This record gives sequence, C-alpha cells and structure tokens, in this order.
Amino acid sequence: MEELLKLEHVTKAFGENVVLNDLSLTVHQGEVLVIVGPSGCGKSTLLRCMNALEPIQSGKILLGDEPVDGRSANVTKIRQRIGMVFQSYDLFPHKTILENIILAPMLVQKRKKQEVTEEAERLLDRVGLLEKKNNYPRELSGGQKQRTAIVRALCMHPELILFDEVTAALDPEMVREVLDVMLELAESGSTMVIVTHEMQFAKAVADRVIFLEHGKIVEEGTAEAFFEHPKTERAKSFLNTFVFDSPKKKTSQEAAIG
Amino acid sequence: MPDLVTELGLNVLFKGKNMIRLLGGLWVALRISLISVLLCIPLGVLLGIVMTWKNPITKALSRLYLEIVRIMPQMVLLFLVYFGTTRMFGWNLSGELSAIIVFTFWGTAEMGDLVRGALVSIPKHQYESSAALGMTENQIFLHIIIPQTLRRLVPLSINLITRMIKTTSLVMMIGVVEVLKVAQQIIEANRMSSPNAAFGIYGTVFFLYFIICWPISLFAGYLEKRWGA
Amino acid sequence: MNWTVIIDYIPAYREAMLLTLRIGWMGIVLATVLGLACALIRYYHVPVLSQIVKIYIEVFRNTPLLVQLFFIYFGLPKIGIKLTAEFCGTLGLALLGGSYMAESFRSGLEAVPLIQSESSLSLGLSRMQTFWHILLPQALEISVPALVANVNFLLKETSVFSAISLMDLMFTAKDLIGLYYKTAECLFLLVVFYLIILLPVSIAGSFLERRLRYAGFGD
Repeated sequence: MEELLKLEHVTKAFGENVVLNDLSLTVHQGEVLVIVGPSGCGKSTLLRCMNALEPIQSGKILLGDEPVDGRSANVTKIRQRIGMVFQSYDLFPHKTILENIILAPMLVQKRKKQEVTEEAERLLDRVGLLEKKNNYPRELSGGQKQRTAIVRALCMHPELILFDEVTAALDPEMVREVLDVMLELAESGSTMVIVTHEMQFAKAVADRVIFLEHGKIVEEGTAEAFFEHPKTERAKSFLNTFVFDSPKKKTSQEAAIG
Repeated sequence: MPDLVTELGLNVLFKGKNMIRLLGGLWVALRISLISVLLCIPLGVLLGIVMTWKNPITKALSRLYLEIVRIMPQMVLLFLVYFGTTRMFGWNLSGELSAIIVFTFWGTAEMGDLVRGALVSIPKHQYESSAALGMTENQIFLHIIIPQTLRRLVPLSINLITRMIKTTSLVMMIGVVEVLKVAQQIIEANRMSSPNAAFGIYGTVFFLYFIICWPISLFAGYLEKRWGA
Repeated sequence: MNWTVIIDYIPAYREAMLLTLRIGWMGIVLATVLGLACALIRYYHVPVLSQIVKIYIEVFRNTPLLVQLFFIYFGLPKIGIKLTAEFCGTLGLALLGGSYMAESFRSGLEAVPLIQSESSLSLGLSRMQTFWHILLPQALEISVPALVANVNFLLKETSVFSAISLMDLMFTAKDLIGLYYKTAECLFLLVVFYLIILLPVSIAGSFLERRLRYAGFGD
C-alpha cells in the first residue's frame, strides 16, 4: 500500500508536559486507522498535529512529500487535502447547513457555486439530511450536526479525513447514525484516521489499531489481533475497563466485549 | 530639562499655591460624586428591590424613571435642575446642590437597575435546592441569595463610581468652581508669564482624573475576574 | 409657556442639532473603525502595538471627555498642534469612543469559541478568510448590544461640546437663556431636540437587542 501520511519521531510538549514522545507512524492510502487509549494519552493532540493545528517541537510530519507545518506558507494547501471532524459540533452557527458545506470549496478551491451545491446536496442526501439544507445548525440535533460536519469535510475531496472523538458529545441514541456514515465511508475506500472510545465500532471499522499511552505507541496491530489477542498488559487492562462484572451474574463478562 | 518644563507650562504648577488650588478644585468635584454615591447606593438598592415586584404600576413607574434618566444626557438634566428650578419654583439652587440632586437622581436609577439585574440573575434552583436542604426563608436569603447578589453587584457598582467621578467634570458648565475651572483661572492669571500653561495645566488635570479613576477600574476588573460575575 | 417664542427659536435649535449630528456621527464612525482596529491588535496580540493600544484604552476610558477636549483644544496648540473646534470635537469623540468600541469588539471576538477558527483553518481557509467569514460575523453578532449602547453613550457625550465653543444644543440653550430669560421655553426645546437625536437610537437599540435575542444563530 502507498504511504500517504508519515510521522517521523514527532515530539510535542505543552511546557514541561510531554504529550507526544518521539512518535512515528504511517497512514497508508485507503486505510482506516483507529487510535485508542486512555484519556490524556495524547490521541486528540496527535490528530491536531496531523492537521497543523498544534506546532510540534521536533520530528517531521509529511503528507506525500509535503511537510505539514502550521508556519509554512502552503499550510492552507495541505489542510485542503486533509479533512477533519471535531468532537464538539463545530458548524458555523451563522450559516445554513448548505452554506456551511459550500463555503470552503468556493472560497478556497474557487469552485463554481452551482457545481459545489449539486455535490453538497448529493452528499446531504446520502446522509439523509437533504431536507435540512436551509436550516441553521441550532435547529439540528447533535447527530445531524455531526453528519453535516462530515459532509462539510467530504465536499473538499480530502485525501485523508481525521475524526476526533466525533461521537463523544452525542446522546447515545444519536451515536449510531454518525457511526453508520463513517462505516459507509470506510467501505467506499476513504483513508481515515479515527480517535474513538467506541470499542465495538473501532473493531468493526478499523484495518489497523494503534494503542497510545503517555504519548507513545504501546501496541499496534490489526483490529482482530488487538481486540481478540492483545499482546501487552497495558492494552489488556485498558480493554478490560470497558467490561462490567454484573454483581448478580458473573457470566455477562463474555458477552460484554464480544 | 527645566527648559522643557517651562516650555510645556508645567512650571506654573509649582508657583505659589497653584497645585494646592488645583487639588482643592479636584476635591470639590470628588465631594459631589462621593455624596451622590453615598445617597444613591441605599436608594438604588430600594429601587432595585421594588423593580423586581410583579406589580404593574411599580413596574411601569420604575421603567419610566429609568428610561428618562437613560435617554437624557446628564448635561441636560443639570441644566433642567439648575436653570429650571429657579424659573419654575423660584428656588435659587447652588450649582453644587443641583449637581448632587442630578447625580443622585441618575445614579439611583443606574444602581437600581444593577440591583434588579443581580437579583433576577440568581437561578431559581438556588432557592429550590436551599429549600430542599431544609433552610428557612431567612437563612436562604442571608446565606445564599445576598452573598451571590453582592458578588455580581459590587464590581458593577464600583464601575458606576468611576462613571460618577468622570461625569462630575460637567459641573463646571453650571458654574461650580471645580478642578477644570481652577485650571482655567490659573492659566488665565499666568497668561503673560507662561503662555503655554494651558498644555501643562490641562495635561495635569487629565492625569489627575486618570490617576483617580484607573485604580478604581482596575479594582473592579479584579473583583469581576475573581468572582466570575 | 410661550409658543410664539418657541417657534421663533426653532431654527437656532435646528442648526445646533445639525452640528451635533454632524460631529456626533462622524466621531462615532471614526470611533468604530478605530475601535475595531484596536480590538484586532489586542485579539491577535500584535507585539508592541498591543501594549500601546492597551495604554490608550485605559487612559481614555478613565478620563472624562470634557477634560480630554480641554486638553486637545486648549492644550495642544501650545505645542504647535492647532485644530479647529469642530475637528477637536470629532477627534475627542473618536478617541473616547474608540476606547469603548475596542473593548466591546474585543469581548465579542473572545466570545467566539476557538474551535470555530480551528475548524475553518482545517477546511483550508486562510487566516484572513477565517477572520472575515467565520470570526467577524459571529463576533459582531455578539457585540451588537454593546455597540448600540456605545453609540447612545457617545451621542449623549456630545453635550459637552459647548465647552470648546461649538454652537451645539447646550450652547444655544445657555445663550438664549442668558439673552432673553425665556428659561422654560429654552429648556423645553433643549429636551425636545435631544429626544429627536436620541430616541431613534434608543428605540433601534432595544429593537435590535430583542430581535437578536430571539433569532440568535447560536444554540
């Protein structure tokens, strides 16, 4: 598989606090990479560095041959090639759903309004939100907003999309509709890097899983290998935090992580 | 250096009792704001409580009062009281008394609105959760409502004091001999010997107002930040 | 109250009102531009300029307009800066207003969540595009009530212009009272003409505030 995004010995610190510690990884074309780990392990920071929203102290991040660097002149060019969806619904509140989606393609890529609108409507239809196109974000549920944010990223035709805990702020019944959209994207061959706490979903969507702790990669493997046969003690105990022992029947343990 | 001081007319400050006179003028202005503030705090608290009543008559009256005060420049109010009362009632109010009347009238409305705002901003569940803990009406008021109200109110009222001090500069326009007027007299008296005195003296008045209002503003800002109003 | 006197005086008051409006609105427009520029300098922490702007804001927010005008009109000519009274009035109002507008704009800018800029940047918008299309519209929305309050405040502040011998409404009223002792009529006209200037802004202000409260974009 062709290499798309490459991190080489990346170190990121906030003052004294080292968040990413000499971290290297590669994202391949068409791959779905899921990053898991306890809170504060640096997953979100890692994602933000991949989009040059956080400066790094040392190391290199490359998209193809181009450096991903917030200070470089062509950073907007690079960001156009990398889509990102955030945890908090980050739609622009002063623009309608459709305007949210077509703003960047028109401003940044100088595409024709009509062409972008057609594509946006097609994509909105795909995620079941076409009839909401003239509504404002405040009129949508959390799940609908998050689906719109995904469409907004897609409409830029990114080579790679970053998902930063996109379901963490959603009500449980809305998580599914967002994850379904992401599963469909994965199926259609998009390159995705996903940070999530939804282990069932991670298992279903991932080609490869990275387990991050204290800013270092502790374990790495296929979804199957990681979830079924974790090698390290740390990964095992992390996965165990998602398992509940019922005080009444001990047998539920097997069913919990499936 | 002494040349520059003379050039800017600052030397006049150190001649005779000029600095003392200037500070005396400042005190006249400050005294007016101080008296007005002391009067409008209790009156404003009363008005604020009245404004939270649901009674339509008190509501309409207090609203009207607030609107009148808000829409008219204080300068106009000063003119109305200073010139108007002489004509209408034959009173001959001094400029200083007129100013105290106007600033109290104005400050009470502003203070009342601040008190009202602070009172209604206490969320209802604060009453409910205190009541649920078994506290009596008086205990709730004393321990829960008043402390929270004060935290919102104090920084804003301190800001009102700086506004009051700045506004008192207007009283020179109705003939009160305060700091600007004294400055004018000093400049006038030294017109021949220091033709540039206007720069230094008015600059000094400018600085005096700043050095009084700025620390008060800083203090209000500090309280606001600390109490998260 | 003598109505013929009132009618006789109306032209003088109208002239005075036009002067107040001319200087007032000019000063307010300049204040808005100055305030926005200062707010941006503070928001983006432009080195050196940011410190200067901070001092400017503190100085002009903590001194009365009347004192500022005395210094500009009577003081500055002594160091060679001679300005007309009308220019001084405009400048004074712009400087005072700029310091208030700057704080209103800045709190609007700071109220827009950082994630808004980040998600705009991550879509590939440049810093400039992010500012114009994402940050500024939302910040303005938040600042509107404060900006309208500033306009109201600044229009009222124009009532000190007579101190630098501008023939505004206060000047006219005082002048006519001194000349003919028609105190009641003069004061009546003074109030009426200030209402003509100030009521529209006050009404527009409460209308805008109500409309924004119900139709706010945010959730």
